[in-house]
Formats: sequence, structure tokens, C-alpha cells
Amino acid sequence: MPKLSTPTPQRYSRISGIGGYRSEHAVSNDEIVGPINSSDEWIRQRTGIITRHRAGPDVQLIDMAEEAGSEAIANAGLKPSDIGGILIATVTFPYPTPSAASLLTERLGTGPIPAWDISAACAGYCYGIAQADGLVRAGTMDNVLVIGAEKLSDIIDPTDRSISFILGDGAGAVVVSHSDEPGIAQSVWGSKGENWETIRMTNSLLDLRDDRENAPWPTLRQDGPSVFRWAVWDMAEVAQEALDAAGVQASDLAAFVPHQANMRIIDELAKQLKLPDTVKIGRDIADNGNTSSASIPLATERLLRENPELHGGLALQIGFGAGLVYGAQVVVLP
Amino acid sequence: MAHSEAEVLSGLAEIVNEETGLATEAVEPSKSFTDDLDIDSISMMTIVVNAEKKFGVKIPDDDVKDLVTVQDAVDYIVKAQDA
Repeated sequence: MPKLSTPTPQRYSRISGIGGYRSEHAVSNDEIVGPINSSDEWIRQRTGIITRHRAGPDVQLIDMAEEAGSEAIANAGLKPSDIGGILIATVTFPYPTPSAASLLTERLGTGPIPAWDISAACAGYCYGIAQADGLVRAGTMDNVLVIGAEKLSDIIDPTDRSISFILGDGAGAVVVSHSDEPGIAQSVWGSKGENWETIRMTNSLLDLRDDRENAPWPTLRQDGPSVFRWAVWDMAEVAQEALDAAGVQASDLAAFVPHQANMRIIDELAKQLKLPDTVKIGRDIADNGNTSSASIPLATERLLRENPELHGGLALQIGFGAGLVYGAQVVVLP
Repeated sequence: MAHSEAEVLSGLAEIVNEETGLATEAVEPSKSFTDDLDIDSISMMTIVVNAEKKFGVKIPDDDVKDLVTVQDAVDYIVKAQDA
């Protein structure tokens, strides 16, 4: 029997370019506190959020993904035709099928490349990096466009006090390319299906189909305190596993970029990890809100823009959210 | 070794002090975490996790909402130590 031909084994991957799209409209706390009988102070104290950016009706998720993706490709010094695959992490593309990623191949003019969406909520971007890393290292593709894109304002309830008031819209993107040196360490990722309902939709699309008169438009809810406990103490262990998998210590990091869920989660995670003061921490949430799968690449893009010395340094990134699902890896910043 | 009720109260007061800055003397058994001590749900969860570590007990998420007063928490921890 002939030996099967496979791509060149044992090569590495790295993030070669990054881009982001932020909606222009910054929504202040004062604009949303009425229906939840709250205050600017209450939101700041519990979440650290001052504004969240939300897209208007004329900007769709695919538009934001296109902007972020185009910027990442250009930042990597590549053309759309150089891209071998597109992964879009999202839970807010309004069509279960076909995928946002497939539509984006047409928008960007990449040609007929593999393209698919990832449903892993706020861990979606890290899931995408894990997949792209595997695809590039296996030699399946040379350049993979990974995008986190969300229009969460489509699934909020203005009267909900559990999560809606923290959510924003946006897209962040990177290109994962082949490399002679390791640029993405082994991912630590997983799920906790027993907590499937900890962050959930109020109802399904089938409820909407079967009771159009009474079923509400599905919106997001969470059990905040339970999420907080899991996001801090369980995720601190996952973050440490990612450091161990990379063979580095917290003191080797230039940056820590956790999912921008809540400033208090970010602060407590940093405390649990005993990060030295030299490590820059992504705190994009204060101005940009929680953008789910887009939050890590957006926070990374901002850190690099505001701290150019971080280029080429090590960053620990960790995403966690509805599923429950999580993903973490150490990467070399582009 | 199991902690006495007085030790649990004193240890809990230290944990509350560390999380909120409240004086340990203010953490009296009859006080409500929410209404009297102004502790929000996120700080409460931090206090719970630190109490678990300090006293070697497990306090599941579903039980945390039943810990309304400081005495509720003390009783829960004392009982959980014996379990």
C-alpha cells in the first residue's frame, strides 16, 4: 500500500497581524439605567464599565467582521488571496446557516477557501486561535483569519439587570500564519456542560415559532455570582495551566488579556495569578463594555496601540463564557 | 480541627475586613451582609471562597443566597465542618 502524502509536519504558528472595529456610538451608563432602576455609580462599582459601544441599525455583524478582518490582513502585510481559511467566533450572527465566515470570503475576495463559524461564546476567539494554530502547524493552511465578532445589542433586554447592561458590539481579528519559531503555545481549552444554564438565552427560536403572540424575542441572562466564582477561581487554574503548557511564568509575560467580562473579574484574576506590576493588563471593558468573542482581540489591539513596546512580547489570553466553555493560550504579540 | 463558633465569627470578620475594609467589630452576628454591611453579590462570593479556604468547607453557589446574616454564615460553616 502506498504511503499517504501529508503536509510538512512540525512547523510553528504565530499571530502575524491584528485589527479591530469599534462602533462609533458610545452608550453611557446614564442612557441605560432607567429601565433597570439603577445608577451610573451602581454599574461602575459592580462592573467597572463607563461606556459600551453599540452599533446602529445600519451596521451589521458582517460589516464589523469585514472591517476588522481587512485591517488584520493588511497589518500582517498580506492580501485577501493569501488567506487559507476564515474562522468567525460569534453567537450573534442572525442566521443559524449559512455561516458568517462563508459570507466574508465573498466580501473580502479571498476565493473559495474553507470558512466556518465557531459557537463558543466569550471563549470563541481562544477556540479560534486553538483551531488556527492546529491547522497551521499541521500544514493544512499557511494563513488563517480568526475573527471574534458580535452584535450583542441584538440579544439584550433593556429591563434585564443580570447582563444586558454590560454588553456592547464590535469585532476583533488576527491572522495566524506559519512561522519558523513557536508563536502560539499549546492551548488549554474545555467545557463544563453541567453549567449549561448558568449563562443562557431566555428561550429558543422554536418557542418563538410556536407562540408568536407571547414568546419574547430571545435575550441573554446570567447567574452573575456563580459566573464570577467560576470565572475567577476556576479560570485562575486554567490560566496557570496555560502558563505551564507554554513553559513560562507570570513574570515572563508582557501582557495579560482576559475576556473583558467585568473589571472585578479581571482584577481578581490578576490577583489570583500574582501578576507582577510589569505585566500590562487589558482593561478595554471600561470604555468598550463586554463584546464577548470580540473582547480579547479588541483589548489586545488597544494594548498594542497604546504600548508599542509590547510588540513581540508574551501575552496570556483567556476566554470564558456561556457553555460553560473556556480557552487559554500564551502567544507572542504581533 | 474544627473551629469553634467564636473562631468562625472572628475569622469571618477578618475575611470581610480584607474584602471590604469594614472594621472587624462591625461584623456582628445579627448584621445582614446586604442590608447592613452593604456587601454586593460579587464581594459576597469572594468572601465565601475565602471562607471555604480558611475553614476547609464547601459552600455551593445555591446555598450562598441563604446566608443572609453573619450568624447564618457562621452556623453554616460550623455545621459544614462537622459534615
